Amino acid sequence: MNLGFALGHLMAQAANTASWWKPIQASAHASSVDSLFNFIMYLCFFFFVLIIGAMIYFVVKYRRKEGVPIKTSPIKGNHTLEIVWSVIPGILLVIMFAWGFKDWLAIAVVPANAMEVRVTGQKWNWTFTYPKEGIVSPDLVVPAGQTIKLVMTSKDVLHSFYIPDFRIKRDVVPGRYSVLWFDPAEEATHQIFCTEYCGTSHSNMLSKVKVLSSEKYEQWIANGGEEEGGAGGKPIPLAEKGKKLYESRGCVACHSVDGTAKVGPSWKGAYGTAHKFADGSSLASTDENYIRESILVPGAKVVAGYPNVMPSYQGQLNDKQIESIIEYIKSLK
Amino acid sequence: MDSNRNSAPKSAHAASAGGVEPNYLNAHKGIWSWMTTVDHKRLGIMYLVGILTFFAAGGIFALLVRTQLLGKIFGGPGKQDWLFSGDTYNKLFTLHGAVMVFLVIIPSIPASLGNFFLPLMLGAKDVAFPKLNLMSFYVYVLGGCFLLFSILTGAVDTGWTFYTPYSSTTSTSVVSAVMGVFILGFSSILTGVNFIVTIHKMRAPGLTWTRLPLFVWAQYATSLIQVLATPVLAITLMLLAIERTMGVGIFDPKLGGDPVLFQHFFWFYSHPAVYIMILPGFGVISEIITVNSRKQIFGYKAIAMSSVAIAVIGFLVWGHHMFTSGQSELASAVFSFLTFAVAVPTAIKVFSWVATMYGGSIRLNSAMCYALAFLFLFTIGGLTGLFLGSLSVDIHLHDTYFVVAHFHYVMMGGTMTAFVGALHHWWPKMTGRMLSEFWGKVGCFFVFVGFNITFLSQFLLGTKGMPRRYANYLPEFQTLHQISTVGSYLLGLGFLITLIYMIQSLINGEKASKNPWEAMSLEWQTDSPPIEHNFHVQPVVKHGPYEFPEIDHSLARGGH
Ligand code: HEC
Ligand SMILES: [Cu+2]
Ligand SMILES: [Cu+2]
Repeated sequence: MNLGFALGHLMAQAANTASWWKPIQASAHASSVDSLFNFIMYLCFFFFVLIIGAMIYFVVKYRRKEGVPIKTSPIKGNHTLEIVWSVIPGILLVIMFAWGFKDWLAIAVVPANAMEVRVTGQKWNWTFTYPKEGIVSPDLVVPAGQTIKLVMTSKDVLHSFYIPDFRIKRDVVPGRYSVLWFDPAEEATHQIFCTEYCGTSHSNMLSKVKVLSSEKYEQWIANGGEEEGGAGGKPIPLAEKGKKLYESRGCVACHSVDGTAKVGPSWKGAYGTAHKFADGSSLASTDENYIRESILVPGAKVVAGYPNVMPSYQGQLNDKQIESIIEYIKSLK
Repeated sequence: MDSNRNSAPKSAHAASAGGVEPNYLNAHKGIWSWMTTVDHKRLGIMYLVGILTFFAAGGIFALLVRTQLLGKIFGGPGKQDWLFSGDTYNKLFTLHGAVMVFLVIIPSIPASLGNFFLPLMLGAKDVAFPKLNLMSFYVYVLGGCFLLFSILTGAVDTGWTFYTPYSSTTSTSVVSAVMGVFILGFSSILTGVNFIVTIHKMRAPGLTWTRLPLFVWAQYATSLIQVLATPVLAITLMLLAIERTMGVGIFDPKLGGDPVLFQHFFWFYSHPAVYIMILPGFGVISEIITVNSRKQIFGYKAIAMSSVAIAVIGFLVWGHHMFTSGQSELASAVFSFLTFAVAVPTAIKVFSWVATMYGGSIRLNSAMCYALAFLFLFTIGGLTGLFLGSLSVDIHLHDTYFVVAHFHYVMMGGTMTAFVGALHHWWPKMTGRMLSEFWGKVGCFFVFVGFNITFLSQFLLGTKGMPRRYANYLPEFQTLHQISTVGSYLLGLGFLITLIYMIQSLINGEKASKNPWEAMSLEWQTDSPPIEHNFHVQPVVKHGPYEFPEIDHSLARGGH
C-alpha cells in the first residue's frame, strides 16, 4: 500500500522539477491545476498498484498446480468489503470533483481590471485586435503582470484557443463570443494551438503569446504593433514584412510562393500577368488594385479553376500590412 | 416462438445418444443457405466475419496515421516532408475513427458473440425474432456499403464526430457517410429490441433472473441503451443531412443555426454509446474470470446492478465532452459531478473481478491472459478518466493526446481486449476446434506490450499539450510520437499472429470437446459446434451459472 504512495510521490517529484513531460507553469492558475493533476495522479498510482498488485498476487498464489486436488473457496461476496470499496472511492471522487470545480470557477470569472484583446479565429490563423489602439496583430503581445481578457469569435468553423503554459482552453464559435482570461507573470513566449479540428491546415493554426515588459509593450503599441526595426535599427523592407505576414497570417496554408497550386493559386506570377476569372471575364495584367481587392473582397474576382473559399481579410490587415503583402507578391517573379 | 418453453424436459442422456445430428455449419449447404439463414449462430458468424474485416481495415488506417506521425523523415528531393498531405491525413483519421466506432466496436461483442451465445445461454432455440435478426444483418451491410461509397467518392474529413459547422460546409462526401451511420444505427436498434425480448421471454425453465450468466445481464443493459439512445443519433445525423442538402439552418450559424446544439445531440448518443461499447466487454470478463478461477463471481448482484446503474447514469453525463464548448457553468458542474458518480459502479466491478480470483484455482489459458490484460488496461483507462472528469484539469487536457490515450485504453484496451479474449474463450464452441495455446499467449503478449507502448506515450504527449487530429507537430513532440508509432507496429504484429493461428485452427486445429473449459452455463452443455436447433432436449436449469464442482462448500459454514 505504501509502495503506491512512494511511487506516486517519486513520479510527482520528477514531474515538478523536470519539465520534459509537462508544460511550464506560466501563471498561478497553471500551478493550481497541476496540484490537482498531481493529487489525482497519486491516487491513480495508489489504486493501480493496489488492484494490479492484488491481481498478480492472486494469479501467482492461486495458479492451478498439476496433481494437487482442486478446492476453491465458496465466497460469493462480502457486504462489508463491498461497502468499503464503494464508499472510500466515493469520498475521494467527491473531493476531486470539488477541487476541480473550485479552480475552474476561478477561471470562469474574469477579474475586473483585465485588459481586453479581441481574438478572431479563421481557417487557419489567429488575429488579435487591440480595440483601444486599433492595432491588429498575428501574435498575442501582452505586458507582464497585466491580467488579459480575451473576447473570441470565429469567422467560419469551430476553433479552440489553447495555451498549454497557462492551462487554459476555450472553443471559438462562429456567431458567439467566448471569453478567456489569464495572468502572464513573466517575460516569455508561449505557444498557442488550435485544438478544435478545423480542416486542412488545422495543425498549422499556431500562434504565440509574447509577454513583454511594460516598457517594451508601450513601445510596441507606439510602433503601431510592428516589431522593432531590423538589425542596427534600420527599417525592414516592405517585401520582407510582407513575407512575415504571409507566414504568420495563414496565407501560407493556401498559397505557395514557388509556383505550385495549393487551395489557392501560387503567388509566384500573381502580379503583372494575364488572369482569367470564373465568371468569364479577364484582366490583361494584374496590378496593385487587383491584389488589394483579392485580399479584401476575395469573391469579387475568383480566379478560374479555384473555389471561392478564401476568407476576407477586411478589418484584419491594415493598409500598411496590405502594402507589404503587395510588395512581397511583386517580388515573387 | 415459445415452443421450446412448452416442450417437456426429457432425459438428456436418451436424446444425445445418437450424436449424428449435423451441426449448424453443415446442416444446410451452399452460399444461399447462408444468405437467407435465420439461425442466430450463422448470423453471429457472418457478423463476426464482417466485423473482423472492418477491424483489419480500421487497423490499417491507424497504422497509416501512426506512420505519418513518425515525423519529418520522408523528405527528399521532390518530396514533401510528411508522408501525407494535411487533407489525406484528415481523411485517414476520420476513416479510422468512423470504421472502428460504428462498424467494429459498437457491433463487435453484441452482434457477433451476443447473437451466437445469447440464445444458447438462455437455453433457447433462437432469438425471439429470427427474421428481424436477419434483417438487422442486412441493414448493417447496407450501412457499411454507404460508408464504403463515401470512401470511394472522396471520403470524409470531419472526424468521426461530424462536428458542425465544419461538417455542414466541407466539400467531402459527408452526406453518404452520415447516411451510412444513420442506417447502421437501425441495425443496432433492431438487435437491441430483439435481445431484450429474447431475455425476457425465452429463458429456459428454472433460469431465473439471478441465475443468468453475467454476460446476459451485460447484453441486457447494452440493449436498453441501444434502443433508447440510438434514435437520437439518427435524428441528429438526419438533421445534418437536411442542413447540407436543403440549406435549412439548424447547426450552421451562417444559416441561423447553433453549432453547439449539434454537440449536445451528438454526445447525448455518443456518451451512452461508450457504454454500448464497454458493457458487453464487462460481461465477457465476468465469464472468463469465473470459469478460469473455478469460483462464484464475487458480488453477483453488485455486478449485475452496476451494469444497469452505469446504463442509467450514463445517459446524464454527455456534457463532460463539452467543458470548453461554452455550455453554461452550472451544466458543466452537474456533468462533472455525475461523471464522477459513474466511476463508483465501474470501480465496484473492477474490485469484484479481482476479488473473484481470491481463493480460486486459476487456469492461465489465452482467454484468461486476455482477461488479465483487460483488467490492467481498463484500470488505466478508467483511472485516467478521473483527470478528464475534473473540470479544471480537463480544460488543460481536452482535445489533446491525453484524451486519445484515455479512450483507446477504454475502447481498445477494454472492449477490444475483451472481444479478442471472448473469441479465444468461445472459439471451441463456435468452430468445434481448439486454438493454439502457445501462439495465443505469444499474440497476447505482443498486443499487450505494443498497446502500452503506443498509448502510454500518448498520455505524456497530451500532458505536454500536444493537440489531437494534427497532421504535423512541433519538433519537441517527435520522440514520443516515434515511440508511439513503434508500439503500434508491435500491436499490429500481435493481431497478425492472432489472425494466422486462428486460420490455422480452422484448417487443422485439434477437435474441441463439448466443454473444454468445464463451464457451467448452458452454451457449454450442447455439442461443439452446436446443432442447428441448439439443444437436443430443452435444458432445465437447477443452479446458478458459476456453481462449479470444485467449490468447497464445507468452508462456507462459519464464514462471515
Ligand atoms: C482558405 C484558403 C486561403 C487562404 C487562407 C488565403 N487565400 Fe488567397 N486565395 C485563395 C483562393 C482559393 C484563391 C483563388 C480564388 C479567388 O480568387 O478568390 C485566392 C486568391 C488570392 C489572390 C489572387 C491570386 C491570383 O493569382 O490572382 C490573392 C492576392 C490572395 N489570395 C491573397 C491572400 C492573402 C494575402 C492571404 C493571407 C492574408 C490569403 N490569400 C489567404 C484561398 C486562400
Ligand atoms: Cu483548428
Ligand atoms: Cu463521455
